[in-house]
Parts: sequence; structure tokens; C-alpha cells
Amino acid sequence: MVFVWNIDVDPVGSLLWAIVLIGLIGLPGLLLKRPGPGQLLSVCITACAALWGMAGALRILGGAPASRYLFDWPLPFGPCELSVDPLSALFLLPLLLAALCCSLYGLAYLPAAAQPAAEKRVTLFSGLLLGSMALVLVARHGVLLLVAWEVMALSSWLLLMTDQQNLQVQRAGTVYLLATHTGSMALFVLFGLLKGESGSFAFPAAHSLALGGTVTLVMLVAALVGFGAKAGIMPLHIWLPGAHANAPSHVSALMSGIMLKIGIYGVIRTVSFFQELPVWFGWLVLLLGAVSAVTGIALASVQSDLKRLLACSSIENIGIICIGLGMALVGLQSGNRVLAVFGLAGAFIHIINHALFKPLLFLGSGAIIHASGTRQIDRMGGLSRVLPRTAPLFLVGSLAICGLPPLNGFVGELFLYFGAFTDGMFSDLPLIGFVAPILALVGGLAVITFVKLFGAIFLGTARDPGPAHGHEAPAAMVLSMGLLAGLCLLAGVGAPLLLQLVAPVVIQYAAVSPQLFAQISGAVPLRQIALLNGLLLAGIVAVWLLWRVLVQRAPVAASGTWGCGYLAPTARMQYTGSAFSELLGGLVSGLVGSRGRLSGLSGLFPASSRFAGATTERILDLMIMPSLRGADWCLAWLRRMQHGHLHLYILYVFATLFVLMVWSQP
Amino acid sequence: MPSTLFHILLLLLMPPLLLGVINKTKAAFAGRVGAPCLQPYYDLAKLLRKGSVFSSTTTWVFRAGPVVTLAATLVAALLVPLGNHPAIISFNGDMILFAYLFGLARFFTTSAALDTGSAFEGMGAAREVTFACLVEPTLFFILITLARMSKSLSLTPMLLYPSPAVWGEAGAAMLLLVGALFIALLAENCRIPFDDPTTHLELTMIHEVMVLDHSGPAFGLILYGAALKLFVLGAVFVNLALPFKSGNLLVDWAAFAAAMLFLAVLVGVVESVMARLRLVRIPQLLVAATILSAFAMLLIVR
Repeated sequence: MVFVWNIDVDPVGSLLWAIVLIGLIGLPGLLLKRPGPGQLLSVCITACAALWGMAGALRILGGAPASRYLFDWPLPFGPCELSVDPLSALFLLPLLLAALCCSLYGLAYLPAAAQPAAEKRVTLFSGLLLGSMALVLVARHGVLLLVAWEVMALSSWLLLMTDQQNLQVQRAGTVYLLATHTGSMALFVLFGLLKGESGSFAFPAAHSLALGGTVTLVMLVAALVGFGAKAGIMPLHIWLPGAHANAPSHVSALMSGIMLKIGIYGVIRTVSFFQELPVWFGWLVLLLGAVSAVTGIALASVQSDLKRLLACSSIENIGIICIGLGMALVGLQSGNRVLAVFGLAGAFIHIINHALFKPLLFLGSGAIIHASGTRQIDRMGGLSRVLPRTAPLFLVGSLAICGLPPLNGFVGELFLYFGAFTDGMFSDLPLIGFVAPILALVGGLAVITFVKLFGAIFLGTARDPGPAHGHEAPAAMVLSMGLLAGLCLLAGVGAPLLLQLVAPVVIQYAAVSPQLFAQISGAVPLRQIALLNGLLLAGIVAVWLLWRVLVQRAPVAASGTWGCGYLAPTARMQYTGSAFSELLGGLVSGLVGSRGRLSGLSGLFPASSRFAGATTERILDLMIMPSLRGADWCLAWLRRMQHGHLHLYILYVFATLFVLMVWSQP
Repeated sequence: MPSTLFHILLLLLMPPLLLGVINKTKAAFAGRVGAPCLQPYYDLAKLLRKGSVFSSTTTWVFRAGPVVTLAATLVAALLVPLGNHPAIISFNGDMILFAYLFGLARFFTTSAALDTGSAFEGMGAAREVTFACLVEPTLFFILITLARMSKSLSLTPMLLYPSPAVWGEAGAAMLLLVGALFIALLAENCRIPFDDPTTHLELTMIHEVMVLDHSGPAFGLILYGAALKLFVLGAVFVNLALPFKSGNLLVDWAAFAAAMLFLAVLVGVVESVMARLRLVRIPQLLVAATILSAFAMLLIVR
């Protein structure tokens, strides 16, 4: 491997130090009286810690031995263990990168000088969020993981509530808090049962738990519900669009780019405890992935709120990752190593890719919102003149998320296509082969969504005059976006590097030898693709040169856009984002509805009128809300226990303890 | 080497002829003499020499549209075998890149249309991406069926696989594939019954309306790119539908060229005898094509 260089620092130790530093990054800001230096200091420390940690993670992926750290804490759950294996390192790498980019971005997006209170809060809690997410990744103990999980949930909630006066933010926060704690309940079940099975809260060694009966089933379902709710798998996604849309942009980038993956990590980690899995589990993950991918992008395509759209597209990407994971699990259970390797490589590469382009797009959305003063796509337009540097970077992110060559999104999907095609060619009943047309459909929908997004925001002319701060984003913001965009391009053109990064994890997880892995993954022609990508770029340059020569030989004139003879066009007559997706909206009306309200037009000479439209989600309207109402009706009597009398609450606690004590007596 | 050179020349030079033959066929059906078959070449030569007019609302995206679209189509064209001659570049999984290159082209064409800020071109762009999205699954069902039949993962062996024996053995599946591919071909190239390439100013237009504001050399590149796309997808179609291979290179080239011209006549006939579908009917026909191709896969699996 290329990543090994000679440092005598223990990589796990350096990672743990980096995690502690990043976790406590908000403290200097709290202690220092003047707002500016604290933020600058926190950015510098984050950058150093992130780079140091990334070096450690790369060394772990390069095969450095992973030492284990045991802490004997005073809590009655046994000593807890921290360690970093290649799986953790693979998730830590994008986390640290996002920490670097987002804190740099925050320097200009939320300057301490302008908003001292908000900045202190955001720095403190985004540090805590990053630290707790990293702690989830390195914890090898159920209780420690749950503690870190709660810190993660609460710090992200507090970040989401930054703009707490806003009613919309409050509602999104409440839904998020409820959803995340529902997930946590499932995790309590999971780790409680795990203790029962393995005898301790410490994680069992990989593939050590035998497949039991109902207990295993409950554990797997609990893991899927608990971790899946955090990942935003359909239909546990209801909290996601609101939460990601209402947080500050660089926090949304962390939540969407990194926090969702922590849920995926949880599922993978839990699955790795078992010697073998029931076959239905792989199929279930695959099915949930396919449903999430198609419905997520269909939801995204009709959104008119910039950040809600990006949040819904995260559901799609999590779906693609789950498709890969499900493909791998089915492959592992049926002994099909080829399928397992393709599925895992696709899933892991897509995890890295999504952690590059989704933060890029969310950071871009911050610059857009700053320049236009709104999140409504239909009120923007022509921003590529105002944001000449953000526009191409956002375009790179949009192309990458559609999975188009020569960018990185294509590489991950290529592995999934190979899995599907291999199954379609050789399997007796090629059900996984159906993944190929599904991915193609998702890709097509993604093109609709992101052409609409890019076109309606950056192209044409401004639909709403008088943007709030009509100027390009400051250098720190452009720099952090540029870093991510550059990595998207690098990972796309240099796809073999990306495969090398995920290789150790795939080898470990799919239990194949490095030779077999090289043989299987060698079937995917990354070199040829890289060559053709180079050819494509060369072709673009060649055609562009030809075109320039041709254009310059003849006269060039400027004029207005041809209005088909209409002489007084206005900017409001442009096709809006909503109009763009209206045709598709009709086709996916089973998933998303729209509510439109046109205030009355009547009489021969009607007065000026207004139209307001909003998209509604059928899953929420038809499944979640009725079941919540049913639960509300069933549990109404319980509410009588909540009366606000403190002494009675203490009595409940006492009575519960007493009953438990009596019960536990033999 | 000479055959590769001939392959490239055919690829670069033949596409506009197809447009000419289509128009000639339509003229013959309408009882007109029509423009000569070489008219698209004259048009291209003239457009490339003309001056340009750029709308003042447009930016670099508008200029990048035709350039990236043509470059992506050219690279995709390298991956397709012509007649009995293998593709210039061929490797496992090239069919996925093939499909995604058209996606890249579409992203830039439609973005360029939106850059003009015209409602008209926005409409065209919205239709283009929506209908193309419905064609994607059809294409992949066709590809996966072909992959299963030929046990290969690359376009060249996949498309050179059909032979009279294969047609005899799995005729029903091949027929379904060819039918679905023909529908996909018409939809992707914006021909009747999906779009009418002869009119510019009707509210139901797709491709033509997207390129209303392009002029001079840029429009020339677009016209040539569209012809190339028709040629490339047509080559895929001809390879499937015409399974006869003589083994003699010259005879095979001649047969291929004749088949491509016949395909152009066929498209012209379809355009002459059919009307454009109502816009709401188009998704139905495209979904029907997807189901046809899924049927083909089912027949191969059973």
C-alpha cells in the first residue's frame, strides 16, 4: 500500500487524541471573552487534529496493527474498549475531512464577530457532534456506544435548533427528537439482548455469535430500526428532510454527509457479530435500499426548497448504499463471493463518495442562501453571475451525485451494476439483476432533480429582484467547497485509488483473500474507465477549441433570448423549478402530492391574485400519521400519569425500584 | 488497421446522411421531390461558417452545452461495434459507461436550454429529462438480457452475438428486444411519435425547442451530435435486428451501411404514417417498452 510511512506513533492513539481534540473544540470559544480568536483557534486545532487523525486512519487502512485501549470506568457495565479497525477507519476518514471543511467554512459562514452567540453554540456542539460520532465508530462496548449515540443525537438536535425562534425549526426539532429517541429505544433492545447472548456489553469478536432463534431475529430487526432510523431508510426517514433543511448549512453538511453513515456503520457492525445471517435479512436490506433509492429521489425531484431537496436526495444515496449492502449480504449467505465483493465495494465506495459530494452541495447551498436570501428554488435564478466561483463547484457536485462520468459517483454505482449484471448473467433466478434497471431509473431521476436544481438556481435571470447579499462567498467558503470538488474529480478520474482505499475493509468483511479480491475487483475495468474519462476530457477540450475557432472566424452578436415574437418578456415568465418537475410529479403522484392554493379569480376584471404551493408526502400522510393518531388514541389514558406533581413522579421511581427489587429476589 | 480507419471514417461521416434519407423518405410519402439526401451536409457546412448570436442572459454553461454533448456522444460512439467490426474501444462494463455518457450529454444540453431563461426551452428541457429517465430502465433491461444471452459484459460481444441460430432459438425474446429498442431509439432521438423534429414552434416540442437559441457553429455541433446519436443507437439496433454475418469484411460493411439506410427509411415511414402522440400518452408508451424488455428477460430466464 502507498499509505504506509514511518511514524512511530500508534495510529489508534493518534486517532483517539484527534477525536478528543475535535470533540472539545468549542471550549476555548467559551473561555475567551472576545469572539474572534476563539473561532480562529478552533479552526486551526480542528484542521491539525483532522489531518493528524486522517493520517492515522490511512495507516490503519494501510495495514498498520490496530491496538486496543481498555478503560476501566467506574460504571457497572464492565471495562470499555476502544479500537479502530479498517471498518471504523473507513468511516472516520470522511468524518475528519468533513470536520476540516465544515469548520473552515464556518469561519466565513457564521463569523464570530457578527453572530457571537450563535457561533459559540455551533462551534461547541458541532465539536461535540463530531467527537461523539467518532466515538460511536471507535467504541467496542454497547453502553459506551449508546452514551456516544445519545450525545450525538442531542448535540445534533441543539445544532438544528440554532435558529430556535423560528416556528418551522421548532417543529423540525421536535420531530427529530422523537424520531431519534424511537431509534434509541430499539438500540437499547439490541444491546440488552446482545448482553444476554454474549454475556457482556463488550462487543463480541467478529462472526462469533451463533445464529439463534427469535432472539437473533429481534436483534437484527432492532438494529435495522434503530440504526436505520438514523440513516434515514424508508419509511423511517420522516424526520430527515425537515431536520437537514433547517440546520445551518455546514451543520446540514455534517448531518447529511456523515451522521447518516453512522447509522449504516451501526448496521454493518451489528451484522458482523453473527456467524451467519438468515437469508431474508440480506433481501430485506436490498428491498429497503431499492425502495429508499427510488422514493427518495422521486421525493427530491419535486421539492421546491433547496435544502429539503438535498436532504431527500440523501435518502436516495442511503438507499444505493443499502442496495450494495443487501447485495453483499445475499452474496455472503449464498456463498457467492463475487456478488459479496461487488456489493461491498460498491457500498463502501458510495459511502466515501456521498461524504464528498453531499457536504459539497450543502456547503454550496449555504453560499446560495447567503446570496439570495431564500431557500425557495422558484425565487432564485441567474445566480451564476453573482456566484461565479460557487456555480462551477456546485455543478461538479451535481454531476457527481447523478453518477455521471468522469466524476466519482459513477465509480460506486459501476460496482453495483457489475454485481447486478453478474447475477443477471449466471444466476438461475436473477432477482438481483433487477438492481440494474432500478439504478438506471434512479440515475435518470437524479438527472431530472439536479438539472432542475442547478438550472433553476444558477441559470437564466433572477426571478426575484433584490437579493439579500448579492456577492460571491468569501474565500474560506470557496476554499472548503473547492477542496471537496477537487476530491470528487480526483476520486472519479483516479478511481483505482478509491478502490485501494476500501479494499482492506472489503477483504476483511467479505472474508476473501487479497488475491481473490484482486481477481474479482480486477474484472471492473477501472483503468480503462480512467483512460476513457481522460479521453472524454480531451474530447471536450478538442471540440471546444474547434468551436472557438469557428466562432471567432465569423461575426458574433449579442441579443436578448428569443421570445418567439413576444416583446415584453419578464424574468417571472421563466420556467421555474416547480414547473420543471411538474411533468414527473404527475407520474409519481402516488408518492408525493402537491397542495396548491389559488386565491380567487372572479369577475370580468379580476384583481391581483396569489398562488401558494407545497409538496406533501404520501407515506407521511397515509402511513405514519394515521398510525401515530391510532397510538395517541390507544395511549390516551397513560397521559393521566403526567400531571406535573413532582412528589408523585418520585413516588413512581421509588415504586418501580421497589417492585424490581422484590421481583429480582429468588 | 485500415478497417479501423474505415470504421472511424464511417462513424464520423455517415450520420448526417441518415437525416437526409429520412427527409427524402418523408418527402416521397408526401409526394414531393424533397431536398437531396446530402442536404444535411450542406446545412452543416453552412452553419459552421455562419456568425453566432448569443443571448445576453446566457453564461458559459450555454456555450459548454453543445461542446460537452458532442464530446460525450463521440466517446460513446467509440464503444459500439459497426456491422461485424468490433468497437474501437471495448472492455467489460463499457455498456454502463455508454448509457451514462448519454446522461452526461443530456445534463449539459438541458442545462444550456435552461441558461437562456426562456420558458419555451425550459419546457423542452423538462420533457427531455423526464422521457429519457423512462427510457433508461428499458435500455438496461435490454442490456442485461443481452448480457445473459451472450454471457459477456461488453457491447461488442453482446451485439455481435445475435446470429440466425440465436434468432431461431430465442426468436420471441429477440423480437421483444428489437421492438423495445426501436421504441427507445425513437424516443431518445426525439422522432415521431414522441417528438416532431420538423416543427420548432409548437408547445409540445422537445429537442428542437431546447436548441432554439443556439446559432451558427454551436447549432451545427448540435445538429451533428443529434445525427451521431441516431447513428450510434441505430448501429446498436441494426446489430440486433440483422443477425447475418458473412465473414467477409467488405460484404459486412456493405450490409451494415445498407441496413442503416433501411433503418433511416423505416424511421421516415414511421414519421410519415403516424402522428405525434399526445404528451400524456408518451410515458405510457415508454413504460410499455420497459415492460416489453422485461418480458424478453423473463423469456430468457425461464
